[in-house]
Amino acid sequence: MRPPLVVRRIDRDSGAELVLDVPSDLRLVADAVELLASHLQPGPLSARRVRFNVRTALAEALANAIVYGNEEDPGKQVHVRIELSRHEVRIHVVDDGEGFDPGALPDPTHDDHLRRDTGRGLYVIRHLVDDVDFNAKGNAICLILRAG
Amino acid sequence: MTFTLRKEAGGVVVVTVDGQLIVGNRQELKQQVVDALDGGARKFVVDFSRTGYIDSSGLGVLVSLSKKIREHGGDLRLAGLNEDLQTLFELTKLDTLFAITRTAQEALAAF
Repeated sequence: MRPPLVVRRIDRDSGAELVLDVPSDLRLVADAVELLASHLQPGPLSARRVRFNVRTALAEALANAIVYGNEEDPGKQVHVRIELSRHEVRIHVVDDGEGFDPGALPDPTHDDHLRRDTGRGLYVIRHLVDDVDFNAKGNAICLILRAG
Repeated sequence: MTFTLRKEAGGVVVVTVDGQLIVGNRQELKQQVVDALDGGARKFVVDFSRTGYIDSSGLGVLVSLSKKIREHGGDLRLAGLNEDLQTLFELTKLDTLFAITRTAQEALAAF
């Protein structure tokens, strides 16, 4: 029996912080996304952006962390931390892996790559959020969505 | 049940996706369509009118199924994308790979 996913919410004067650790199991992605998204309303983002942009980008980031970062190793976790303020939402997704070079990925919309089954995740993320930052190692991504 | 299959006139199989098509359930969709292919079906419509979101794994499985269905001499059409999902297909340029109609009925009529 899998332990339930539990979000810790810490309320501050400047906003709130949500923390969730997700085991490296792709079957948990949908539940993790719904659980975190449910904490974002009311908030700085429109219902539509939470419903589509956040859910899709977060699902992508979690799946990438589980598959490529943690290689679906049940001994590793994905650490999600969301910072909520009046002006923006920052979603940090950190895996326990060795990292990668996000600049080395080919353009999935190029004719040579369009018919591939994989390789679109980061491209989709970049187009659904306002900014994307990586740490130097490449095992942590921050998705930034400004209010609206 | 996320995926429901029904057979329409002309042997067209309509697959309705309820909720989301993402990394955690895309294998289930693939298996159901492949089973229908093995059973002789050649025309498919995937109906997204009840779908909230699709991730890149979901897009990938559609690309993979499209190839497989065409290899068997068949055809796959997509229908019922809401505005957000339509945007997703456009930004990934997958709208150039698939025949997309507003409704499943329009897809059926086009076969």
